Order: sequence, then C-alpha cells, then structure tokens
Amino acid sequence: MPLQVIKFYQTGTFTVGNRLLSADDRSVQANTQRTNSLNSGHRACQGCGEALGARYAIDAAMNATDRQLIAANATGCLEVFSTPYPETSWQIPWIHSLFGNAAAVATGIAAAVKVKKQKGLIGDVRVVAQGGDGGTTDIGFGCLSGMFERNDDVLYICYDNEAYMNTGVQRSSATPPAARTATTMPVGAHPGNVFGQGKFVPAIAMAHEIPYVATATVADLHDLEYKVTKAMTMRGARYIHILVPCPLGWGYPSNDTIRLARLAKETGLFPVFEAEYDQITSTLPIRRRMPVEEYLKPQKRFAHLFGKKPDVGTIARIQAHADKNIRKYGLLQEEFSQHG
Amino acid sequence: MLKQTEGSHAVAEAVALCRPEVICAYPISPQTHIVEGIGEMVKSGQLTNCEFINVESEFAAMSVAIGASAAGVRAYTATASQGLLYMVEAIYNASGLGLPIVMTVANRAIGAPINIWNDHSDSLSQRDCGWIQLFAETNQEALDLHIQAFKLAEELSLPVMVCMDGFILTHAYERVDMPSQEQVDSFLPPYEPRQVLDTTDPVSIGAMVGPEAFMEVRYLAHAKQMQALERIPQLAKEFNTIFGRDTGGLVHTYKSEDAETIVVAMGSVLGTIKDTIDEMRTSGVKIGVLGITSYRPFPLEEVRQALQNAKRVVVLEKSMAVGIGGILSTDVRLALSSERLNGYTVVAGLGGRAITKKSLHELFSQANRDELPALTFLDLDWNMVNKHLERERTVRRSGPAAENILRDVGVIASKIS
Repeated sequence: MPLQVIKFYQTGTFTVGNRLLSADDRSVQANTQRTNSLNSGHRACQGCGEALGARYAIDAAMNATDRQLIAANATGCLEVFSTPYPETSWQIPWIHSLFGNAAAVATGIAAAVKVKKQKGLIGDVRVVAQGGDGGTTDIGFGCLSGMFERNDDVLYICYDNEAYMNTGVQRSSATPPAARTATTMPVGAHPGNVFGQGKFVPAIAMAHEIPYVATATVADLHDLEYKVTKAMTMRGARYIHILVPCPLGWGYPSNDTIRLARLAKETGLFPVFEAEYDQITSTLPIRRRMPVEEYLKPQKRFAHLFGKKPDVGTIARIQAHADKNIRKYGLLQEEFSQHG
Repeated sequence: MLKQTEGSHAVAEAVALCRPEVICAYPISPQTHIVEGIGEMVKSGQLTNCEFINVESEFAAMSVAIGASAAGVRAYTATASQGLLYMVEAIYNASGLGLPIVMTVANRAIGAPINIWNDHSDSLSQRDCGWIQLFAETNQEALDLHIQAFKLAEELSLPVMVCMDGFILTHAYERVDMPSQEQVDSFLPPYEPRQVLDTTDPVSIGAMVGPEAFMEVRYLAHAKQMQALERIPQLAKEFNTIFGRDTGGLVHTYKSEDAETIVVAMGSVLGTIKDTIDEMRTSGVKIGVLGITSYRPFPLEEVRQALQNAKRVVVLEKSMAVGIGGILSTDVRLALSSERLNGYTVVAGLGGRAITKKSLHELFSQANRDELPALTFLDLDWNMVNKHLERERTVRRSGPAAENILRDVGVIASKIS
C-alpha cells in the first residue's frame, strides 16, 4: 500500500503524541509510518470530532492488524465527507452500502474473508464497521444487534455526535435531554429534547455479552487508540462508542472540540469505560470533577437553559444524570472503591 | 441423476453444486425449505468452504450478501413476499453496486391482507430494481436456472433473481435430473470479481455520485441488462451441451406457429395452460402459448416475433398493476406496439386462487370469440365484491374489508376453485 508522506507541523506540542516517550508508549498517530487511513483533503467541517476520531481509530486498527483491514461504512457525515469521488480519502478497502446496514455488510465481509482464508487465498484480514449515532443507535440498530448476538468477527465503531448532523441536526436516540435540534426546538413548555427518552447503546451492547465493549472520546486519543488496538487483538463482536463533538450541530467554536469532549467526560455525562462480556473491567476516572454547566454553557444547543433566567430545574436534572453515571460507573475513583 | 424430490430441496442441492461461499438465511414461507436444506449441508460438512449465517431480517440477509459479494465470494440467499419488500433498499443497492448475488424468490402474494400463497406480486414489484428476473416453469427448470443464474450474474456483475412459484413448485415433489458436480464445475467457473475489497489493492466502493455521472452509471445498468438479453440464450445453449437439457433462454413457445390465439404467461401456470390448449387443439382451436422465462431483461423482440402472426393475445398474469390492470401485459403491449391485434389482460391466481383447466377453457373460448373484456379478473366472485361495495356505500364505519368479506364467505377452509 502506498504511504502518504506525513509531516508533523506541530513540533514541540503534544498534538500527535509525545515523542520523548519510548516507542511502545507512543501513539500510532505519532508515527510517521502510520497509514493515515483517512487522508487529508476530505470535506469535514473545521473541528470535526468524527473525522478526528475516525482517523485515530482506523489508523490504530490498521496498525494492530498489520494493515489487513476492510471497512464498511454507514451513510452519514463520515461517508459523505470522505468520498466526494474521485477524491476518496480512504486508504483502505472501504465500502458504503446503506444507512442502516453497516453491521450486516461487515458480517458479510467477515464471512467472506473467513472462507477465503480457509481456502488459503488471503491472510488474516479483519473487518470494522463504522457509522454515526443515527446509523448505529436508530436505523442500523437491528443489524447491529444481529451482528452482536451472532458474535460475528467485526469491530463496530460508533462515532456519536448525538444527532443526525448530515441531514441538518435532527434528533436521534443518542440526543441528550434538553438539547436543541431541528426536530426538538427550544420552544414550548419543555424546550429541547425531552427527558426520559433515548438509549445508551454501549450498555445494550454489553447486554449481548459480546467479548468487548468500550467507550472513548476524542479528548483522550491515546485511550482511544489503546481501546481500538485491544479490540483488534480479540475475536468476535466488539463495540467501541466514541463521543465526537460536532461544532455545527452543537453550536460551539471549532477549536473547542477537544475541550467539550473532555468536559463531557469530566462532568460524568459521558462515562468512559471498558467491558468484557457483560462486566465492566475498567473506567477512566474523572480527574477534575466539573459541574454540568461548564459543559452545557459553551454549546448553543443548550443556550435556552442559560438565558437571563437560567433554567436551574433542567440543569439540575442534567446534573442528576451525570451524578447517576458517576455512581453507576464509579467514575470518581474513591466512589468506585466504596462501591467496588 | 434422476431423483424424486421436493422443489426446494432440488434448488438447495443445485445451489450447493454451485459452490456458494456465503449463504444468508431468514425464514419466510414458502422459501424456507431451500435455505434449511443448504444449512444442513453446511452444518454436516457436505458443503465445505461455505459460511451459513442465520440473520435477523431480510434486510440483513441482503446486506450480508452485499458485504460477502463485495469481498469477492459467491453469495446466495432466498426470500419471498414481505421478505422481498423488507429488503428492497438493499436490493437496489446490490444491483446499483453491480454485485452478482443470486437469490431465489419463492413467489408469494404481498399483504395486506396477509396471504402466504402464490402469485407474482412480490418479484414483479421489483420490476425496475435492476436485477435480472428469471421465471421457472417446473422444478427441473428452477434447479437448472440457478446454475445458469450464477454464471450470468458473475459474467455481467449483476444480481439475478430466480423466481419459482411458492408452494406450487417449492413444495411439490417431482422427478428431477440432478446434475453431477463435474457437470456444474465444467459449466460454472470460479467467481472472478470485477471489484473486490482487497487489502493489497484498496478501493472505495459505494461513493456518492452526483448529477455529473449519475445518468451514465444508471445507463450502465440498462446496458448490462441488454447484454443479458444476448447472453441468456447463449447460456441456455452452453447449458444444453453439458447437461443435455433445453432450459432457460428468454422465451419458450408451444404450438404457437399457426396459432390465432396465443396465451402469454410466466411460471408454473404454463403447465395448466398447455394442458388446456392441448385439449382445445383436439377440437381444432388454433391456440398456442408463449412462456416468458426472462422477465427482466424483457425480450421485446422475441415476444413480438412470437406474437406478431396471431390474431389475439391473452396475457394471463398472477399480478396486478392496481389502477391500470396488468403488469406483464403492459410489457407485452409495448412489444406489440407496431402490431395490430386484439389484446386481453387476465389477472388470475392472486393469493393462491387456483387456476383450473375448466376456467381456462371458458376464458380462452371467450377470447377466441373476441368477447373477453380488456381486463378480466379470473374467477372473481362479483357477489362478494358487490356486497362489500354496497356495505361501504351504506355504512360509514363499514369495518375492515378483508374481515367482512371472509365473514361473507363463511367457514370454509379456503376457496381454491
């Protein structure tokens, strides 16, 4: 496979991993020999969390599989911005079929490579499927659950930006309560997305008792690479759910993607953990606990909570959700040991 | 080898002889016995180098087949009726991407009202989806068409549906001549994909195509079907030299050379029609048959040639274009646009309503007298229909139509004649 020449302009920063670390501790992205699976020049928005997450995830998977990787992609931002033909950004064999079938297409690819390997035609080729939250938690959920329960040899990666961004920011089942979207407008008695709806697919993935489930954010890319790498050492159905902030849909300056991803984790709103079968095996503890306001305030999708008269009741409900996550997943280490 | 077997099992064996590599299965009557048969062969080790996957829906079945085919292996599935409709988005995707998947459609009615019996509404609803559609008249033909279908699909990089009448063929035990593995291997070479997800030569498949190229890509779908029009008769000949049977091709005529009346139909009903015509011939009626094997691509020229010397054409179809009449007859009419003859559309056998020789005798006699209406619903019980229409005229909340009519019919197991 031809390699892009990768130049690191950010010398002296930590952007692409600390090259003072030993080779084993460096990130995949810190290596100029990385695949750059999702090439530069694609058409994602400035500050796109999904583009960042996808490049790190797929490069890590390529590194872990000795570049023997095929990807199936759901319809969505990632698909559209990466392949305005003839300018595909993908440096790996890649297929887009439909919005709701990425997991099933990946199952088919995995079955095909298994047969071809049995016949001695190819080596150990691995398969990833990827999609946004709409393609994963909503329209692709049937195929995803089917792939999980059959324990097909596929790593499914969900890039969760909490709404249908590609079609103009409509609510998905991953949209958080109170968030403004084009279909949950901040009007009426209960502005924004309603409370008591939505689903957290990592927990549902765990209920399938698949070998590996993990969550990650683009705020900790080393952690993301570690999880993808670990997933590729395993067989069977695996699921990684990555929180990828969206400047357009969430309404924040594009240089705040990493900060907001970090705040989602530090507030407890997005628990970062690993699980094997149905047991949580590790959590990324909150380093400096933040109130949810710190996370909500910079985002225009929550602006209606912070007018002249802040909607303290709604903010308290969101805080209660964060607190529940902190207890449930043991995100504060001392609490985790108490409950441990 | 001659054997007495069920149509579904014959197809299962034929598909297995084609050395499929990924089979995805989701149950729906009446195709279930086919994938059950193949599943057993894979599990027992009789069929090797094949992955059999029990999926969670027909949408997933076609999607798994898409992934497998794009990764360069021979993929097969089977479905019917609601299952076919449930996978429609993926069906268009498979043909749009040019993936040579072969699928059996055990033709069955579409609900509502739910009905498991045979007609052609399911695959004909997918008339324009870009798949080739071949219709089998007998179990032998169903078996043979599958072997031809893999070759045709893979040569053209286009998916093929082999359509066989649900229950009438799938569940009928008949004598079939099962080919040997050597015969099939000499006819069907290993799959050489035009496009493949290959780590040594990575490509992107399924990119967005805008107005600058969409027309051209779509035209290619048509061009490929036109290639199929040429290739299908050739394949039938090649098949004949190896297997010694005249199977496949675009159309089949029967006693049509001197016929003044020609009946056009698809699938197993051709048998009943031929029997009826044999009987009518003994009393001197000049009547013949045109059976259409290749519904898509539709052989306009062959149909025209077969019908041009007749005085009248009766298209008897197990499908209905609601609001206009017939589906198949619209295509036949297009083929005859330069000809002057009387054309009749007969919608028959919907939802498994039996098409009997008695009814066909009456129908064809009426046609011969040119007394047939342009559109006929064979053996329709007008009393039942009118009774319900009257109910709707007089009562606002007349209730669900199907249940009302069933209540009118009363307690009989089913009306088959």
